[in-house]
Amino acid sequence: MSNSPAIELKGITKRFGTVIANKNVNLVVNKGEILAVLGENGSGKTTLMNMISGIYYPDEGQIFVDGKEVLIRSPKDAFKYKIGMIHQHFKLVDVFNATENIVLGIKDKKKYNLKEAEKEVAEITHKYGFEIDPKKKIYEMSVSEKQTVEIIKVLYRGAEILILDEPTAVLTPQETEKLFNVLRRMREDNKSIIIITHKLHEVLEISDRVTVLRKGEYIDTVNTKQTNESELTEMMVGKKVSLNIERTEPKNPEDRLRVNGLSCKSSDGRQVLDNVSFTARSGEILGIAGIAGSGQRELLEAIAGLQNISSGEILYNDPKKNETVNLRDKTPVQIRDLGVRLSFVPEDRLGMGLVGSMDITDNMMLRSYKKGHSFFVDRKKPKNLAEDIIKSLEVSTPGTSTPVRRLSGGNVQKVLVGREIALNPKLLMAAYPVRGLDINSSYLIYNLLNKQKENGVAVIFVGEDLDVLIELCDRIMVINSGRVTGIVDGRTAVKEEIGLLMTKNHETEDDANGKE
Amino acid sequence: MFNAVTLITFLQRAIVQGIPILYGSTGEILTEKSGNLNLGIPGIMYVGGISGVIGAFLYEESLPSRDMINPFLAVFIPMICTVIGSMLMGLLYCFLTTTLRANQNVTGLAMTTFGVGFGNFFGASLVKLTGSDIPSVSLTATSKFFKASLPFADNLGWFGKIFLSYGFMTYLAIIIAVIAAIFLKKTRGGLHLRAVGENPATADAVGISVEKSKYMATCIGSIIAGMGGLYYVMDYACGVWSNEGFGDRGWLAIALVIFALWKPDIGILGSILFGGLYIVYLFIPGLALSTQELFKMLPYIVTIIVLIVTSMRKKREHQPPQSLGLSYFREER
Repeated sequence: MSNSPAIELKGITKRFGTVIANKNVNLVVNKGEILAVLGENGSGKTTLMNMISGIYYPDEGQIFVDGKEVLIRSPKDAFKYKIGMIHQHFKLVDVFNATENIVLGIKDKKKYNLKEAEKEVAEITHKYGFEIDPKKKIYEMSVSEKQTVEIIKVLYRGAEILILDEPTAVLTPQETEKLFNVLRRMREDNKSIIIITHKLHEVLEISDRVTVLRKGEYIDTVNTKQTNESELTEMMVGKKVSLNIERTEPKNPEDRLRVNGLSCKSSDGRQVLDNVSFTARSGEILGIAGIAGSGQRELLEAIAGLQNISSGEILYNDPKKNETVNLRDKTPVQIRDLGVRLSFVPEDRLGMGLVGSMDITDNMMLRSYKKGHSFFVDRKKPKNLAEDIIKSLEVSTPGTSTPVRRLSGGNVQKVLVGREIALNPKLLMAAYPVRGLDINSSYLIYNLLNKQKENGVAVIFVGEDLDVLIELCDRIMVINSGRVTGIVDGRTAVKEEIGLLMTKNHETEDDANGKE
Repeated sequence: MFNAVTLITFLQRAIVQGIPILYGSTGEILTEKSGNLNLGIPGIMYVGGISGVIGAFLYEESLPSRDMINPFLAVFIPMICTVIGSMLMGLLYCFLTTTLRANQNVTGLAMTTFGVGFGNFFGASLVKLTGSDIPSVSLTATSKFFKASLPFADNLGWFGKIFLSYGFMTYLAIIIAVIAAIFLKKTRGGLHLRAVGENPATADAVGISVEKSKYMATCIGSIIAGMGGLYYVMDYACGVWSNEGFGDRGWLAIALVIFALWKPDIGILGSILFGGLYIVYLFIPGLALSTQELFKMLPYIVTIIVLIVTSMRKKREHQPPQSLGLSYFREER
């Protein structure tokens, strides 16, 4: 590691109206170094990086590249100084293929030649150990492949300073490992890498130094080797956060939902759920673990009545009337009225369940507008509910009349989960409720789920972080390519066991059996 | 019913009918590729037509005698007027939608209303200036040069009739469409323009100027569309401007954009098909007046069928540009 700084920020301040997004931030990245920028949601990490990559322009402060002060007024300027940013929301054109996206925006004197470009892409791919087909269209790619295209895109432009905004938020553990290997190779190639994240173990695993931001302010920079999780957490949140998730014993569990032999096909004919059977009990949190896209979404949607089911039954014990109904015969509205609630936080964190341009109160009303008997809607109760949620979940917003779209990702999630919980569900399905949330907010959500559990709700929790699943859930069901590969007890489960169930490849197993 | 002679005539008429639509659709494809859904195209074609007419009219009036008309100026002046007129319309549209971020649909429809009104107003004014009894302006002297085809075309039988019997603007339309197709498919500029229409945030992030691309594409698109109006008056209508004469060809052009799946090369064939469908009722004997109107619906019906088929096949390449009709804000989070 050489010690010459590749990029240095001094006293950077950025305001959006009256909100201060960054205040007097200092940051140095050396050549051949991986710097992690750590901070809670809304701590100004992304804003800071956007200023380096020319999306925003700082109100105050200086930026130095290779020791010289520079002005970065546009993404074009950023390229000029060999700075490349990989955004959290990918900036790719869906109908273009990988190579077209990679060469997009380059204006050199060379003749426009896609074949030549494909070769160069292949070279970069080989050099750093990526796996990508340069001719594949973006809309056919997985999230990890799209990210790869983004990284190659900045490398192709000769970037020496790479900024990755929460790159692992959408990756499976295996994909994360692959990405980290690539990043290490880039470090060996003397590139400077800034990685934004709030996953502490990743910070410790990949970075050389860590810069911590809190509420837009610069806190400190420490060497990764000389720090640990609890110290970083303290710097990040400003107060000590307990790392233990509370878990109570289930009280009189009763079968609330029985799923028998459920199978679903996607619109393109793929088997997304294959003979899934399980039981969810009241007063219990059932965790669902699995690699992203293993059928979690389809399963929850099938229960909520939003999926076409090809076979199987979903039996729901209605505690109000004490009778069993098959949810397959019900419409989504009927299912909801039975007390089955779904809060799904999709990969892009927006969409699903909330209307971005409507304010918090109106979004509350989306669930209650049918209740009134008057021609006019009742705005009072939803408004109270909105205020409750803002207060109890610490949603940072100017007020109930702020459009949801204006809130940061984490706050949007709190509104979504808060609304579903507020409606006294009997069966609550929460998919990725802590996706992209900082530690404090995550714990708030865990507590909320626990409270539901104590109230006798059957909770189904689809999570990404195995540690959380093991600490929070009473039982954990593992699904793998649409099949249930095991249901384990959360109190005795071991990470390795679940990991194996998640990744074991049935296809090859079947093939092997077939050959015998 | 359809013998060889009528078939040749039909084809030739279909092409003549199709050319204004082709101009309009090529212009609109370029515009839409930048993400601007310019529903002002019918109005822009009107303005393009009347601008050329005004130019030609003033030039003809300035001459002591029609015989002294200069062939170059007779073509050049109307064309320049059309370019200026339709470009101003494109600029206005862009200023409203790109700079001021007005709603594209509303702006486009307003521009169409405005353009048709503009055309009719100046058309009527010119009629008044000529003091003629018929409500139309006749510019046959200018039209002669627009309609001039190759002198030996008549001697080449059916080949000459189908391929060589047109004025230069017919070939210009096809050349422009071919160039537009190559530009979009094969060049870096085309790649950049498509990126702006698909995903302006992405284009912006890689350093492509979204505003500039939108302005360029929309203005050039408007100029091309305006040429369709000029062609209609000077070639198709033999230099006779009459109010409302242009009809619904502008809307047909927008329908053709959808039919051609946003590809100018398919637009060439599509325009001939649309032209043919537009006039096929003339070639079927014994149709009642009401049935004729039904036949005139054919191009739109074909467009709806294409929409249904492409929507069902869900091929991403056949869909409109992803951010079509949306304004782009950079600082929006």
